[in-house]
Amino acid sequence: MTEELVTFTVNGQELKAPKGSMLIKATDAADIRIPRFCYHDKLSVAASCRMCLVDVEKAPKPMPACATPVMEGMVVQTRSPRAIAAQKSVMEFLLINHPLDCPICDQGGECELQDVAMGYGGDVSQYSDIKRVVFDKDIGPLIATELTRCIQCTRCVRFGEEIAGMRELGATDRGDRLVIGTFIEKSVDSEMSGNAIDVCPVGALTAKPSRFSARAWEMMQHPGIAPHDAVGSNVFIHTIHGKVLRVVPRDNEAINEVWISDRDRFSYQGLYAEDRLAVPMVKQGHEWVESDWDNALQLAVEGLQAIVKNDSAKQLGAWTSPSATLEEQYLLQKLMRAMGSGNIDHRLRQADFSDQDAAPVMPWLGQSIENIEALDAALLVGSHVRKDQPMIAHRLRKAAIHNKAAISFINPRRFDWHFPVAHECATDMLADLAAVAKAAFELASTPVPAHLADVVNAAAVNDTHRQLASDLQQAENSSVMLGDMAHHHPQFAAIRKLADALAKQTASHLAYLSEGANSGGAWLAGAVPHRGVAGSDAIKGMTFGEMLANPCRALITLNIEPEYDALHGADALAAAKRADFVVAISSYVTDNIKSYADVILPLAMFTETSGTYVNAEGVWQGFKGASVAVGESRPGWKILRVMGNLLDLDGFDYVSSEDVKDELKQQCQDIQLNNSVECTQPVQVAKTTGLQRIGDVPLYAVDALVRRATQLQKTTDAQQNAARINARQATASGVADSDKVKVKQGEVHSYLKLIIDEAIPDNCVWVSAAVHDTLSLGPVFGTIELEKV
Amino acid sequence: MKLLKHYIKSFLFLELLKGMSVTGRYLFARKITVQYPEEKTPMSPRFRGLHAQRRYANGEERCIACKLCEAVCPALAITIDVTERDDGTRRTSRYDIDLFKCIYCGFCEEACPVDAIVETEIFEYHFENRGENIMTKDKLLAIGDKYEVQIAAAKAADAPYR
Repeated sequence: MTEELVTFTVNGQELKAPKGSMLIKATDAADIRIPRFCYHDKLSVAASCRMCLVDVEKAPKPMPACATPVMEGMVVQTRSPRAIAAQKSVMEFLLINHPLDCPICDQGGECELQDVAMGYGGDVSQYSDIKRVVFDKDIGPLIATELTRCIQCTRCVRFGEEIAGMRELGATDRGDRLVIGTFIEKSVDSEMSGNAIDVCPVGALTAKPSRFSARAWEMMQHPGIAPHDAVGSNVFIHTIHGKVLRVVPRDNEAINEVWISDRDRFSYQGLYAEDRLAVPMVKQGHEWVESDWDNALQLAVEGLQAIVKNDSAKQLGAWTSPSATLEEQYLLQKLMRAMGSGNIDHRLRQADFSDQDAAPVMPWLGQSIENIEALDAALLVGSHVRKDQPMIAHRLRKAAIHNKAAISFINPRRFDWHFPVAHECATDMLADLAAVAKAAFELASTPVPAHLADVVNAAAVNDTHRQLASDLQQAENSSVMLGDMAHHHPQFAAIRKLADALAKQTASHLAYLSEGANSGGAWLAGAVPHRGVAGSDAIKGMTFGEMLANPCRALITLNIEPEYDALHGADALAAAKRADFVVAISSYVTDNIKSYADVILPLAMFTETSGTYVNAEGVWQGFKGASVAVGESRPGWKILRVMGNLLDLDGFDYVSSEDVKDELKQQCQDIQLNNSVECTQPVQVAKTTGLQRIGDVPLYAVDALVRRATQLQKTTDAQQNAARINARQATASGVADSDKVKVKQGEVHSYLKLIIDEAIPDNCVWVSAAVHDTLSLGPVFGTIELEKV
Repeated sequence: MKLLKHYIKSFLFLELLKGMSVTGRYLFARKITVQYPEEKTPMSPRFRGLHAQRRYANGEERCIACKLCEAVCPALAITIDVTERDDGTRRTSRYDIDLFKCIYCGFCEEACPVDAIVETEIFEYHFENRGENIMTKDKLLAIGDKYEVQIAAAKAADAPYR
């Protein structure tokens, strides 16, 4: 980029900056400190606090550095007597209404107001009248307010408007009566609302879960990686006496910028849940007894060996969480394959495995995360991206707003979006995608590939589909993204092939927005049944779907709760119960785990273990243990290493998790990430009839950790124990709003509250998976019946 | 000459007399020995003895768990756990001072923004069992309740000089 640079001097130092850029940006880059409150690098300029006043030569009065564009030959003094006097007076004004409650303020010790008052303020205040008091508002379970402390910088308001995309907080009244609040009595529901806590320069907005639990100077800061989505947001973990107290973002412009989602921020609460397992447990007869590690590991190994010896290694299966670390995935598959079984899978929420041989070595984003904000058009298939991958949604929002990108969706229903959406198809994902593909082929007058001919030719194209196709076609930088609901779809293979054909036709990047923090890593590590490490040939085995149909006699589960984490939870639980011997490597102990397991080994997780996550763009991000593991729990790679040793397998003599990673990295050197699908197997589309269930996995139900984060579970987003249909369908089915209904899927049923929601298409019932009341039901896509109770 | 002076001084016992005169002066001076424990020396209001926690007149404890005393304590003798009380205020759930570690520097008292932790004029105390050296919140509050009048008087006496 060629930008015109201008030269100016600040404190006698000559600086260069692009013409028209603000002075404070240039001084920040040159490490010249100017105090500020309302200015934030990622937010628009408000110039309301006046703290950044500097002395500009020839200007009649001091100028705010955040709103003064640099000009050629400008001479600026930041510490001249006039500038210092201006800063002192502003500081005195700001402190007029600020309470002296630093000792009980959670921000105390890391407060910008404290720091700036120390550095630039005066000693005494001339003000002696009564300070103003603002009553606090309850804005939800995540953010605590103490609005008397507010200095009206409006950073939180601008954050809500510009970043979170929800105008939830606002400023009412003016001058010294200005008050921050929600206009109407409501909670702040954005999926990244927690960042308002970070942008607040004072203690007016603080984190509710960690309220009053420690002071800033007591905490130890450790870098870490967030374990919930494919972005792998960089975080700092703050601990006190080895216990995690809070999680805050760590700047990484290429990945999460300066933000993190609420899920990444508050999920740490799950670490100290009541049902956290502290010591190994073994089953003796029908009793569960606590055991020591030696005994438990010995029993685990003997149990597995007995089944391999008496039956065959093919009776051995392993289910791993897509959020397990790379080292855990790698060692688990190594252990399985060394024992002679390839039955290992991490794709617990995938329904269709038919084209897995054509799948890429590692399904990835197809581009860098940064590229997403440079897109001109994007089509997301089966993705509630805003909740599933909040940081990707943030980048898409930037593209839509700053780049005027046409972001469109093909989803089973309509959602609320926080950015302008070009088109939103919400009927049948497969049919819509086929229609868009058809439109794209028609547009370019290219013949439809033979294997897609049936499904594409059958599609009914309307104007939206044509618009969508031409958006993608015309865009220079475009992407077709497959989200969680596409992966859950019973015809994922067909969706994948259509998306691939569409992406190739329109020269778009095909992107997978995969579930879990490390599903990319799982593919590389070989935690899939049909391929070994880095896509190499290895012992083949059954997919997760096949393992449910033909349950194995022996099973190892790694950090999962099958009833929640599998697409068909009830089936998975039944399959686990049918196994003769189950080793559950788990951080938690629940009645369900006790019902199928024989040995439960306590697993150290998230902040307690070292490891590596491979994010959607293929970046390997390593992290170290930050907090003390609860009880006697051990990192997964150590558990699996010792199991390997006890089983007398070769190559399990690792000293550190880095050894494991290095060994894997060696084998992944030559991998070229490529999402292209080379499969010409004809696509067959099964017709569906009757009322269909559609649904997602709500964002606060994705893994065991976040399901136990008590404050997150109190948010509006977590309240998904309901069935939603539209009004027309409700009349047709004879049910009304707020009714209690019996939801039946095949043999199983559940009772749910009915909510009328016009975003749901006809002939569909929206029932989320992985929430307590829907566990007994079948998979998220399938025929469903509705009955009034 | 020098030698002569030396001999005169030695034979006249001049140095001895000088020494004896000091002894003699103290023999007749007012005695400063106090018959402890029957008698006690006067004490400064800034005396730093056993710690106490104070309450407000309405019976509410003063301590707000700001942890400044814990942070400033050079001997790391103070341990505090914070909690949110049912009424939403910030309070300690644990406030321990280890008197074996404490060096009675008074920094905790200086750091306290609400005059909650103070060092009283009590200096006569002992421990008979292990563990008694840990002054818990209850013990500290009990001392504070018992000696509030004395503590308040000492604070008032010192106030003009602060």
